[in-house]
Amino acid sequence: MSIIDPIELPVPYSVDEINREFWKLCSTHILHFQQCKGCGHWRHLPRYMCSKCGSPDWHWAPSSGKGVIFSWTTVHQPMHPAFGGKTPYASIIVEMEEGVRIVSQAPDLPIEDLKLDIPVEVYFEARTEDVTLPFFRVIE
Amino acid sequence: MSFKDKTAIVGIGETDYVKGSGRSEVDMMLEASRKAIADAGMKPSDIDGIIPPPGYTYSEELAANLGVEDLRYAATINMGGASPNAAIQHAAIAIASGVCNSVLITLGWNGYTAMRPKPGQPPGRSAGIAVLNNAIQGFYLPYGVSAPVQMYSWLAMRHKQMYNTPDEATGHIAVACRKHAHLNESAFMRGREMTMDDYLASRWVSEPMRLFDCCLETDGAAAVVITRADIAKDTPNKPVYIMGAAEGHPYPADDIATRPDPFRIGLSFATPKALEIADIKIHDVDFLQIYDCFTYVVMLQMEAMGLCERGETYDFVKDGNIELGGHYPLNTHGGLLSQAHVWGLNHTTEAVRQLRGTAGASQVKDAELGLVTGWGDLGDGSIVILRN
Repeated sequence: MSIIDPIELPVPYSVDEINREFWKLCSTHILHFQQCKGCGHWRHLPRYMCSKCGSPDWHWAPSSGKGVIFSWTTVHQPMHPAFGGKTPYASIIVEMEEGVRIVSQAPDLPIEDLKLDIPVEVYFEARTEDVTLPFFRVIE
Repeated sequence: MSFKDKTAIVGIGETDYVKGSGRSEVDMMLEASRKAIADAGMKPSDIDGIIPPPGYTYSEELAANLGVEDLRYAATINMGGASPNAAIQHAAIAIASGVCNSVLITLGWNGYTAMRPKPGQPPGRSAGIAVLNNAIQGFYLPYGVSAPVQMYSWLAMRHKQMYNTPDEATGHIAVACRKHAHLNESAFMRGREMTMDDYLASRWVSEPMRLFDCCLETDGAAAVVITRADIAKDTPNKPVYIMGAAEGHPYPADDIATRPDPFRIGLSFATPKALEIADIKIHDVDFLQIYDCFTYVVMLQMEAMGLCERGETYDFVKDGNIELGGHYPLNTHGGLLSQAHVWGLNHTTEAVRQLRGTAGASQVKDAELGLVTGWGDLGDGSIVILRN
Protein backbone atom coordinates (compact mmCIF):
# COMPACT_ATOMS: atom_id res chain seq x y z
CA MET A 1 0.00 0.00 0.00
CA SER A 2 1.41 3.33 -1.00
CA ILE A 3 1.70 5.98 1.69
CA ILE A 4 0.47 8.85 -0.46
CA ASP A 5 -1.19 8.42 -3.82
CA PRO A 6 -0.10 11.08 -6.28
CA ILE A 7 -3.02 13.36 -7.02
CA GLU A 8 -3.71 13.02 -10.70
CA LEU A 9 -5.29 15.71 -12.83
CA PRO A 10 -8.98 14.93 -13.29
CA VAL A 11 -10.36 13.40 -16.48
CA PRO A 12 -13.90 14.05 -17.72
CA TYR A 13 -16.59 12.11 -15.88
CA SER A 14 -19.23 11.17 -18.44
CA VAL A 15 -22.76 10.49 -17.30
CA ASP A 16 -23.83 9.27 -20.75
CA GLU A 17 -22.52 7.64 -23.91
CA ILE A 18 -22.93 10.82 -25.99
CA ASN A 19 -20.50 12.57 -23.63
CA ARG A 20 -18.03 9.70 -23.87
CA GLU A 21 -18.20 9.93 -27.68
CA PHE A 22 -17.29 13.63 -27.56
CA TRP A 23 -14.11 12.89 -25.62
CA LYS A 24 -13.25 9.75 -27.65
CA LEU A 25 -13.29 11.82 -30.83
CA CYS A 26 -10.64 14.10 -29.31
CA SER A 27 -8.14 11.28 -29.78
CA THR A 28 -8.46 11.94 -33.56
CA HIS A 29 -7.01 15.40 -32.85
CA ILE A 30 -9.95 16.97 -34.63
CA LEU A 31 -12.53 18.73 -32.47
CA HIS A 32 -16.06 17.49 -33.18
CA PHE A 33 -19.41 18.89 -32.09
CA GLN A 34 -22.92 17.60 -32.61
CA GLN A 35 -24.68 19.02 -35.66
CA CYS A 36 -28.41 18.66 -36.26
CA LYS A 37 -29.36 16.69 -39.37
CA GLY A 38 -32.67 18.52 -39.51
CA CYS A 39 -31.57 22.15 -39.54
CA GLY A 40 -27.78 22.13 -39.41
CA HIS A 41 -27.63 23.77 -35.96
CA TRP A 42 -24.39 23.09 -34.04
CA ARG A 43 -24.60 22.29 -30.35
CA HIS A 44 -22.51 21.71 -27.24
CA LEU A 45 -22.86 20.35 -24.50
CA PRO A 46 -23.97 17.06 -26.08
CA ARG A 47 -27.78 16.76 -26.16
CA TYR A 48 -30.28 14.19 -27.41
CA MET A 49 -32.32 16.47 -29.66
CA CYS A 50 -32.11 19.81 -31.41
CA SER A 51 -33.43 22.66 -29.29
CA LYS A 52 -33.97 24.74 -32.46
CA CYS A 53 -35.98 22.38 -34.72
CA GLY A 54 -36.79 19.44 -32.47
CA SER A 55 -35.04 16.82 -34.58
CA PRO A 56 -33.56 13.82 -32.74
CA ASP A 57 -31.21 13.14 -35.70
CA TRP A 58 -27.65 14.41 -35.51
CA HIS A 59 -24.06 13.53 -36.32
CA TRP A 60 -20.59 14.39 -35.07
CA ALA A 61 -19.23 17.08 -37.41
CA PRO A 62 -15.64 18.38 -37.50
CA SER A 63 -15.16 21.91 -36.17
CA SER A 64 -12.81 24.43 -37.77
CA GLY A 65 -11.05 24.36 -34.41
CA LYS A 66 -10.98 28.16 -34.38
CA GLY A 67 -12.72 30.61 -32.08
CA VAL A 68 -12.30 33.60 -29.78
CA ILE A 69 -11.99 33.97 -26.02
CA PHE A 70 -15.47 34.66 -24.59
CA SER A 71 -14.48 34.88 -20.92
CA TRP A 72 -12.02 33.53 -18.36
CA THR A 73 -11.21 33.37 -14.69
CA THR A 74 -7.72 33.33 -13.22
CA VAL A 75 -7.67 30.84 -10.37
CA HIS A 76 -5.44 31.71 -7.42
CA GLN A 77 -6.93 29.43 -4.78
CA PRO A 78 -7.21 25.84 -6.07
CA MET A 79 -10.51 24.15 -5.30
CA HIS A 80 -9.27 20.69 -6.38
CA PRO A 81 -6.01 19.31 -4.94
CA ALA A 82 -4.66 18.26 -8.34
CA PHE A 83 -4.41 21.92 -9.36
CA GLY A 84 -2.65 22.91 -6.14
CA GLY A 85 0.80 23.34 -7.68
CA LYS A 86 -0.48 25.03 -10.82
CA THR A 87 -1.85 28.37 -9.60
CA PRO A 88 -2.32 30.94 -10.89
CA TYR A 89 -3.92 29.46 -13.99
CA ALA A 90 -6.71 30.65 -16.25
CA SER A 91 -9.74 28.61 -17.27
CA ILE A 92 -11.29 30.02 -20.41
CA ILE A 93 -14.52 29.84 -22.37
CA VAL A 94 -13.97 29.79 -26.15
CA GLU A 95 -16.70 30.76 -28.62
CA MET A 96 -16.09 28.64 -31.72
CA GLU A 97 -16.68 29.73 -35.32
CA GLU A 98 -19.65 27.31 -35.39
CA GLY A 99 -21.29 29.33 -32.58
CA VAL A 100 -20.90 26.80 -29.79
CA ARG A 101 -18.84 27.48 -26.67
CA ILE A 102 -16.40 25.19 -24.88
CA VAL A 103 -14.53 25.37 -21.57
CA SER A 104 -10.77 24.87 -21.84
CA GLN A 105 -7.39 26.41 -21.06
CA ALA A 106 -4.79 28.30 -23.11
CA PRO A 107 -1.72 27.39 -21.05
CA ASP A 108 0.80 29.25 -23.26
CA LEU A 109 -1.10 32.55 -23.12
CA PRO A 110 0.28 34.65 -20.23
CA ILE A 111 -2.57 35.50 -17.86
CA GLU A 112 -1.75 39.21 -18.01
CA ASP A 113 -2.38 39.12 -21.78
CA LEU A 114 -5.90 37.67 -21.49
CA LYS A 115 -8.68 39.75 -23.00
CA LEU A 116 -11.99 39.22 -24.76
CA ASP A 117 -12.11 38.12 -28.41
CA ILE A 118 -8.47 36.95 -28.76
CA PRO A 119 -8.48 34.52 -31.74
CA VAL A 120 -7.45 31.01 -30.69
CA GLU A 121 -7.18 27.57 -32.27
CA VAL A 122 -7.42 24.11 -30.81
CA TYR A 123 -4.62 21.63 -30.15
CA PHE A 124 -4.66 18.37 -28.26
CA GLU A 125 -2.77 16.93 -25.34
CA ALA A 126 -3.02 13.51 -23.73
CA ARG A 127 -4.01 13.69 -20.07
CA THR A 128 -3.76 9.90 -19.57
CA GLU A 129 -3.08 6.96 -21.86
CA ASP A 130 -6.76 6.84 -22.73
CA VAL A 131 -7.91 10.44 -22.49
CA THR A 132 -6.97 13.30 -24.82
CA LEU A 133 -8.18 16.84 -24.09
CA PRO A 134 -8.52 19.88 -26.35
CA PHE A 135 -6.58 23.04 -25.40
CA PHE A 136 -6.19 26.36 -27.19
CA ARG A 137 -3.34 28.56 -28.40
CA VAL A 138 -3.35 32.08 -29.81
CA ILE A 139 -3.54 32.36 -33.60
CA GLU A 140 -0.54 34.52 -34.53
CA MET B 1 -55.93 32.66 -10.08
CA SER B 2 -53.49 34.87 -8.26
CA PHE B 3 -52.14 34.02 -4.83
CA LYS B 4 -51.53 37.68 -4.04
CA ASP B 5 -52.01 38.47 -0.33
CA LYS B 6 -53.75 35.14 0.31
CA THR B 7 -50.94 33.85 2.54
CA ALA B 8 -48.58 35.28 5.14
CA ILE B 9 -45.37 34.42 6.93
CA VAL B 10 -46.36 34.15 10.60
CA GLY B 11 -43.41 32.40 12.21
CA ILE B 12 -39.62 32.58 12.00
CA GLY B 13 -36.91 30.62 13.81
CA GLU B 14 -33.13 30.35 13.72
CA THR B 15 -30.35 28.52 15.53
CA ASP B 16 -27.12 30.24 16.44
CA TYR B 17 -24.87 30.64 13.41
CA VAL B 18 -21.47 29.14 14.20
CA LYS B 19 -18.34 27.55 12.77
CA GLY B 20 -18.41 24.10 14.33
CA SER B 21 -21.94 23.18 15.44
CA GLY B 22 -21.17 19.65 16.57
CA ARG B 23 -24.77 18.83 15.65
CA SER B 24 -26.59 17.04 12.86
CA GLU B 25 -28.33 19.05 10.18
CA VAL B 26 -31.71 17.57 11.15
CA ASP B 27 -31.25 18.42 14.83
CA MET B 28 -30.57 22.05 13.89
CA MET B 29 -33.50 22.19 11.44
CA LEU B 30 -35.84 20.87 14.13
CA GLU B 31 -34.66 23.53 16.61
CA ALA B 32 -35.28 26.28 14.04
CA SER B 33 -38.63 24.69 13.14
CA ARG B 34 -39.80 24.45 16.78
CA LYS B 35 -38.93 28.13 17.23
CA ALA B 36 -40.74 29.16 14.03
CA ILE B 37 -43.84 27.15 14.93
CA ALA B 38 -43.90 28.61 18.47
CA ASP B 39 -43.37 32.10 17.03
CA ALA B 40 -46.47 31.50 14.90
CA GLY B 41 -48.44 30.61 18.03
CA MET B 42 -48.92 27.10 16.69
CA LYS B 43 -48.08 23.59 17.77
CA PRO B 44 -46.14 21.22 15.49
CA SER B 45 -49.25 19.19 14.60
CA ASP B 46 -50.82 22.37 13.13
CA ILE B 47 -48.32 22.07 10.26
CA ASP B 48 -49.72 20.16 7.27
CA GLY B 49 -47.17 21.06 4.61
CA ILE B 50 -43.38 20.73 4.69
CA ILE B 51 -40.81 21.87 2.15
CA PRO B 52 -37.37 20.63 3.24
CA PRO B 53 -34.14 21.61 1.47
CA PRO B 54 -32.89 19.54 -1.48
CA GLY B 55 -30.67 17.39 0.70
CA TYR B 56 -29.80 16.62 4.32
CA THR B 57 -33.34 15.46 5.21
CA TYR B 58 -36.81 14.61 3.87
CA SER B 59 -40.32 15.85 4.56
CA GLU B 60 -41.13 12.44 6.02
CA GLU B 61 -38.29 12.63 8.54
CA LEU B 62 -39.21 16.12 9.67
CA ALA B 63 -42.89 15.14 9.94
CA ALA B 64 -42.03 12.07 12.04
CA ASN B 65 -40.00 14.22 14.46
CA LEU B 66 -42.57 17.01 14.65
CA GLY B 67 -45.57 14.71 15.02
CA VAL B 68 -47.27 15.81 11.80
CA GLU B 69 -49.67 12.90 11.28
CA ASP B 70 -51.58 14.36 8.33
CA LEU B 71 -48.94 15.68 5.91
CA ARG B 72 -50.96 16.95 2.97
CA TYR B 73 -48.23 18.72 1.03
CA ALA B 74 -44.60 17.60 0.71
CA ALA B 75 -42.41 19.01 -2.05
CA THR B 76 -38.70 19.57 -2.61
CA ILE B 77 -37.36 22.43 -4.70
CA ASN B 78 -34.17 21.68 -6.61
CA MET B 79 -32.73 25.15 -7.17
CA GLY B 80 -29.61 24.98 -5.04
CA GLY B 81 -29.26 28.10 -2.91
CA ALA B 82 -32.45 29.52 -4.37
CA SER B 83 -34.49 26.59 -3.02
CA PRO B 84 -35.63 28.01 0.34
CA ASN B 85 -36.71 31.29 -1.26
CA ALA B 86 -38.43 29.57 -4.17
CA ALA B 87 -40.19 27.35 -1.63
CA ILE B 88 -42.11 30.40 -0.41
CA GLN B 89 -43.84 30.66 -3.77
CA HIS B 90 -44.66 26.94 -3.69
CA ALA B 91 -46.09 27.25 -0.18
CA ALA B 92 -48.21 30.25 -1.19
CA ILE B 93 -49.61 28.42 -4.22
CA ALA B 94 -50.36 25.24 -2.26
CA ILE B 95 -52.12 27.13 0.55
CA ALA B 96 -54.01 29.56 -1.71
CA SER B 97 -55.37 26.65 -3.76
CA GLY B 98 -56.61 24.84 -0.66
CA VAL B 99 -54.19 21.92 -0.67
CA CYS B 100 -53.03 22.64 2.87
CA ASN B 101 -53.20 25.34 5.56
CA SER B 102 -49.78 25.87 7.10
CA VAL B 103 -46.41 25.12 5.51
CA LEU B 104 -43.04 24.79 7.23
CA ILE B 105 -39.95 25.69 5.19
CA THR B 106 -36.57 24.91 6.73
CA LEU B 107 -32.91 24.70 5.80
CA GLY B 108 -30.02 23.61 7.96
CA TRP B 109 -26.51 22.51 7.13
CA ASN B 110 -22.96 22.32 8.36
CA GLY B 111 -21.60 24.69 5.74
CA TYR B 112 -18.39 25.09 7.71
CA THR B 113 -17.88 21.74 9.42
CA ALA B 114 -18.78 19.49 6.50
CA MET B 115 -16.15 21.21 4.35
CA ARG B 116 -13.48 20.29 6.89
CA PRO B 117 -13.98 16.60 7.73
CA LYS B 118 -11.83 15.18 10.51
CA PRO B 119 -9.77 12.10 9.57
CA GLY B 120 -11.81 8.93 9.98
CA GLN B 121 -15.08 10.81 10.33
CA PRO B 122 -17.90 9.02 8.51
CA PRO B 123 -19.39 10.98 5.60
CA GLY B 124 -22.39 13.03 6.62
CA ARG B 125 -25.56 13.79 4.74
CA SER B 126 -25.12 15.66 1.50
CA ALA B 127 -26.95 18.23 -0.56
CA GLY B 128 -28.63 17.22 -3.79
CA ILE B 129 -27.10 19.08 -6.70
CA ALA B 130 -27.12 16.25 -9.27
CA VAL B 131 -28.39 18.64 -11.94
CA LEU B 132 -24.90 20.15 -12.15
CA ASN B 133 -22.83 16.99 -12.29
CA ASN B 134 -22.94 16.61 -16.06
CA ALA B 135 -21.48 20.02 -16.88
CA ILE B 136 -19.12 20.41 -13.94
CA GLN B 137 -17.60 16.94 -13.69
CA GLY B 138 -17.87 16.28 -17.39
CA PHE B 139 -16.66 19.51 -18.94
CA TYR B 140 -15.34 22.06 -16.40
CA LEU B 141 -13.35 20.04 -13.83
CA PRO B 142 -10.68 18.77 -16.28
CA TYR B 143 -9.77 22.44 -16.80
CA GLY B 144 -9.58 23.28 -13.11
CA VAL B 145 -13.07 24.65 -12.52
CA SER B 146 -15.19 22.89 -9.91
CA ALA B 147 -16.42 25.54 -7.45
CA PRO B 148 -19.16 28.17 -7.75
CA VAL B 149 -16.69 31.04 -7.25
CA GLN B 150 -14.86 29.96 -10.40
CA MET B 151 -17.94 29.54 -12.60
CA TYR B 152 -19.54 32.79 -11.48
CA SER B 153 -16.19 34.47 -12.13
CA TRP B 154 -16.60 33.64 -15.83
CA LEU B 155 -19.75 35.81 -15.76
CA ALA B 156 -18.10 38.46 -13.59
CA MET B 157 -15.00 38.70 -15.79
CA ARG B 158 -16.97 39.14 -19.01
CA HIS B 159 -19.19 41.72 -17.30
CA LYS B 160 -16.12 43.60 -16.06
CA GLN B 161 -14.52 43.61 -19.51
CA MET B 162 -17.68 44.67 -21.33
CA TYR B 163 -18.88 47.37 -18.95
CA ASN B 164 -15.61 48.48 -17.37
CA THR B 165 -17.19 47.99 -13.94
CA PRO B 166 -14.94 49.46 -11.23
CA ASP B 167 -13.87 47.21 -8.36
CA GLU B 168 -15.55 49.68 -6.01
CA ALA B 169 -18.99 48.62 -7.30
CA THR B 170 -18.73 45.20 -5.71
CA GLY B 171 -16.68 46.78 -2.91
CA HIS B 172 -19.64 48.90 -1.86
CA ILE B 173 -21.81 45.75 -1.69
CA ALA B 174 -19.29 43.98 0.57
CA VAL B 175 -18.81 47.04 2.78
CA ALA B 176 -22.57 47.69 3.14
CA CYS B 177 -23.21 44.12 4.27
CA ARG B 178 -20.36 44.37 6.77
CA LYS B 179 -21.64 47.66 8.20
CA HIS B 180 -25.07 46.10 8.70
CA ALA B 181 -23.55 43.04 10.38
CA HIS B 182 -22.11 45.29 13.08
CA LEU B 183 -25.72 46.08 14.14
CA ASN B 184 -26.76 42.42 14.34
CA GLU B 185 -25.94 40.39 17.44
CA SER B 186 -26.23 37.13 15.52
CA ALA B 187 -23.90 38.21 12.71
CA PHE B 188 -20.70 36.24 12.51
CA MET B 189 -18.62 39.22 11.36
CA ARG B 190 -20.05 41.68 13.89
CA GLY B 191 -17.29 43.92 15.18
CA ARG B 192 -14.75 42.99 12.51
CA GLU B 193 -14.17 46.16 10.54
CA MET B 194 -13.82 46.08 6.79
CA THR B 195 -13.14 49.26 4.82
CA MET B 196 -13.04 49.73 1.05
CA ASP B 197 -9.23 49.63 1.32
CA ASP B 198 -9.45 46.29 3.15
CA TYR B 199 -11.74 44.99 0.42
CA LEU B 200 -9.43 46.11 -2.38
CA ALA B 201 -6.40 44.64 -0.58
CA SER B 202 -7.95 41.22 0.01
CA ARG B 203 -6.35 38.32 -1.85
CA TRP B 204 -7.58 36.91 -5.14
CA VAL B 205 -9.59 33.70 -5.00
CA SER B 206 -10.55 33.44 -8.66
CA GLU B 207 -10.21 36.70 -10.61
CA PRO B 208 -12.09 38.96 -10.65
CA MET B 209 -13.30 37.68 -7.26
CA ARG B 210 -11.38 38.45 -4.08
CA LEU B 211 -11.73 36.87 -0.66
CA PHE B 212 -14.14 39.62 0.46
CA ASP B 213 -16.34 39.02 -2.58
CA CYS B 214 -17.12 35.59 -1.09
CA CYS B 215 -19.74 34.71 1.52
CA LEU B 216 -19.13 33.02 4.85
CA GLU B 217 -19.14 29.29 5.51
CA THR B 218 -21.20 28.66 8.64
CA ASP B 219 -23.24 25.96 10.38
CA GLY B 220 -26.85 26.56 11.40
CA ALA B 221 -30.51 26.38 10.46
CA ALA B 222 -33.49 28.64 9.86
CA ALA B 223 -37.21 28.04 9.39
CA VAL B 224 -40.36 29.94 8.50
CA VAL B 225 -44.07 29.13 8.80
CA ILE B 226 -46.54 30.30 6.16
CA THR B 227 -50.28 30.13 6.63
CA ARG B 228 -53.59 31.27 5.11
CA ALA B 229 -54.35 34.99 5.46
CA ASP B 230 -57.48 34.47 7.58
CA ILE B 231 -55.59 32.20 9.99
CA ALA B 232 -52.68 34.69 10.03
CA LYS B 233 -54.90 37.42 11.52
CA ASP B 234 -55.15 35.44 14.78
CA THR B 235 -51.43 34.74 15.22
CA PRO B 236 -49.34 36.56 17.85
CA ASN B 237 -47.14 38.65 15.51
CA LYS B 238 -47.93 41.10 12.74
CA PRO B 239 -48.49 38.93 9.62
CA VAL B 240 -46.15 39.51 6.69
CA TYR B 241 -48.17 38.97 3.53
CA ILE B 242 -46.82 37.36 0.38
CA MET B 243 -47.77 39.84 -2.33
CA GLY B 244 -45.99 38.19 -5.21
CA ALA B 245 -43.37 35.57 -5.99
CA ALA B 246 -41.83 33.82 -8.98
CA GLU B 247 -38.99 31.54 -9.96
CA GLY B 248 -36.88 31.67 -13.10
CA HIS B 249 -34.19 29.65 -14.80
CA PRO B 250 -31.50 30.83 -17.21
CA TYR B 251 -31.27 29.01 -20.55
CA PRO B 252 -29.74 26.52 -20.64
CA ALA B 253 -29.90 26.23 -16.86
CA ASP B 254 -27.58 23.23 -16.57
CA ASP B 255 -24.56 24.79 -18.34
CA ILE B 256 -23.28 28.25 -17.44
CA ALA B 257 -20.80 28.51 -20.34
CA THR B 258 -23.12 28.30 -23.34
CA ARG B 259 -25.94 30.78 -22.63
CA PRO B 260 -26.58 33.14 -25.56
CA ASP B 261 -26.75 36.09 -23.14
CA PRO B 262 -24.75 35.14 -20.04
CA PHE B 263 -26.30 37.94 -17.97
CA ARG B 264 -29.87 36.78 -18.63
CA ILE B 265 -30.24 34.91 -15.32
CA GLY B 266 -33.16 33.27 -13.58
CA LEU B 267 -34.25 36.56 -12.04
CA SER B 268 -34.44 38.14 -15.51
CA PHE B 269 -37.37 35.81 -16.17
CA ALA B 270 -38.88 35.80 -12.67
CA THR B 271 -38.91 39.49 -11.76
CA PRO B 272 -41.54 40.76 -14.24
CA LYS B 273 -43.88 37.94 -13.20
CA ALA B 274 -43.51 38.62 -9.47
CA LEU B 275 -43.98 42.37 -9.94
CA GLU B 276 -47.10 41.78 -12.02
CA ILE B 277 -48.62 39.53 -9.37
CA ALA B 278 -47.77 42.00 -6.59
CA ASP B 279 -48.83 44.92 -8.78
CA ILE B 280 -45.87 47.06 -7.78
CA LYS B 281 -42.78 48.53 -9.47
CA ILE B 282 -39.31 47.37 -8.53
CA HIS B 283 -38.35 50.81 -7.19
CA ASP B 284 -41.33 50.79 -4.78
CA VAL B 285 -39.58 48.46 -2.32
CA ASP B 286 -38.24 49.79 0.98
CA PHE B 287 -35.34 47.33 1.35
CA LEU B 288 -33.48 44.63 -0.54
CA GLN B 289 -32.53 41.21 0.84
CA ILE B 290 -30.55 39.90 -2.15
CA TYR B 291 -28.88 36.48 -2.18
CA ASP B 292 -25.22 37.29 -1.73
CA CYS B 293 -23.12 34.18 -2.12
CA PHE B 294 -20.78 36.55 -3.99
CA THR B 295 -20.83 40.33 -4.44
CA TYR B 296 -20.79 39.94 -8.23
CA VAL B 297 -23.89 37.76 -8.00
CA VAL B 298 -25.65 40.62 -6.16
CA MET B 299 -24.61 42.94 -8.98
CA LEU B 300 -25.97 40.60 -11.68
CA GLN B 301 -29.27 40.33 -9.78
CA MET B 302 -29.63 44.10 -9.25
CA GLU B 303 -29.21 44.65 -12.98
CA ALA B 304 -31.44 41.72 -13.99
CA MET B 305 -34.24 43.00 -11.73
CA GLY B 306 -34.02 46.45 -13.26
CA LEU B 307 -32.93 48.24 -10.10
CA CYS B 308 -30.34 49.76 -12.43
CA GLU B 309 -29.32 49.36 -16.06
CA ARG B 310 -26.82 46.71 -17.08
CA GLY B 311 -23.30 47.90 -16.30
CA GLU B 312 -24.51 50.69 -14.01
CA THR B 313 -24.37 49.00 -10.62
CA TYR B 314 -21.64 51.34 -9.41
CA ASP B 315 -23.91 54.38 -9.73
CA PHE B 316 -26.67 52.50 -7.89
CA VAL B 317 -24.57 51.29 -4.94
CA LYS B 318 -22.36 54.35 -4.33
CA ASP B 319 -22.92 57.20 -1.84
CA GLY B 320 -24.57 54.98 0.76
CA ASN B 321 -27.61 54.24 -1.43
CA ILE B 322 -27.63 50.56 -0.31
CA GLU B 323 -26.78 51.25 3.33
CA LEU B 324 -29.25 51.86 6.16
CA GLY B 325 -30.39 55.45 5.75
CA GLY B 326 -30.04 55.18 1.96
CA HIS B 327 -32.84 54.63 -0.52
CA TYR B 328 -32.41 50.85 -0.88
CA PRO B 329 -30.79 49.29 2.22
CA LEU B 330 -29.26 45.94 1.22
CA ASN B 331 -29.06 42.87 3.45
CA THR B 332 -29.79 44.69 6.67
CA HIS B 333 -28.73 41.63 8.72
CA GLY B 334 -25.30 41.39 7.09
CA GLY B 335 -26.27 38.81 4.48
CA LEU B 336 -24.43 35.64 3.57
CA LEU B 337 -21.36 37.86 3.22
CA SER B 338 -21.25 39.00 6.86
CA GLN B 339 -24.04 37.42 8.94
CA ALA B 340 -24.17 33.72 8.03
CA HIS B 341 -24.84 31.35 5.14
CA VAL B 342 -28.08 29.41 5.51
CA TRP B 343 -28.98 29.35 1.82
CA GLY B 344 -30.65 32.75 2.14
CA LEU B 345 -33.41 31.69 4.51
CA ASN B 346 -31.86 34.28 6.87
CA HIS B 347 -32.78 36.89 4.24
CA THR B 348 -36.42 35.90 4.71
CA THR B 349 -36.31 35.93 8.51
CA GLU B 350 -34.71 39.41 8.36
CA ALA B 351 -37.35 40.66 5.91
CA VAL B 352 -40.05 39.46 8.31
CA ARG B 353 -38.41 41.29 11.23
CA GLN B 354 -38.19 44.46 9.13
CA LEU B 355 -41.88 44.29 8.22
CA ARG B 356 -42.92 43.46 11.79
CA GLY B 357 -40.92 46.47 12.93
CA THR B 358 -38.74 44.33 15.21
CA ALA B 359 -35.39 44.64 13.41
CA GLY B 360 -33.82 46.59 16.27
CA ALA B 361 -30.75 48.66 15.43
CA SER B 362 -31.06 47.81 11.73
CA GLN B 363 -34.74 48.71 11.43
CA VAL B 364 -35.61 50.46 8.15
CA LYS B 365 -37.86 53.36 9.08
CA ASP B 366 -41.52 52.83 8.07
CA ALA B 367 -40.71 49.66 6.13
CA GLU B 368 -43.85 48.45 4.35
CA LEU B 369 -42.64 46.64 1.25
CA GLY B 370 -39.69 44.29 1.02
CA LEU B 371 -37.91 42.23 -1.61
CA VAL B 372 -36.11 38.92 -1.05
CA THR B 373 -34.23 36.96 -3.73
CA GLY B 374 -32.64 33.55 -4.05
CA TRP B 375 -29.86 32.38 -6.35
CA GLY B 376 -28.44 28.91 -6.91
CA ASP B 377 -27.52 26.08 -9.26
CA LEU B 378 -25.59 28.23 -11.78
CA GLY B 379 -28.06 31.10 -11.84
CA ASP B 380 -31.54 29.82 -11.03
CA GLY B 381 -33.39 32.68 -9.39
CA SER B 382 -36.39 33.35 -7.20
CA ILE B 383 -38.01 36.51 -5.92
CA VAL B 384 -40.53 37.13 -3.16
CA ILE B 385 -42.29 40.45 -2.52
CA LEU B 386 -43.56 40.92 1.03
CA ARG B 387 -45.67 43.58 2.76
CA ASN B 388 -46.95 44.18 6.27
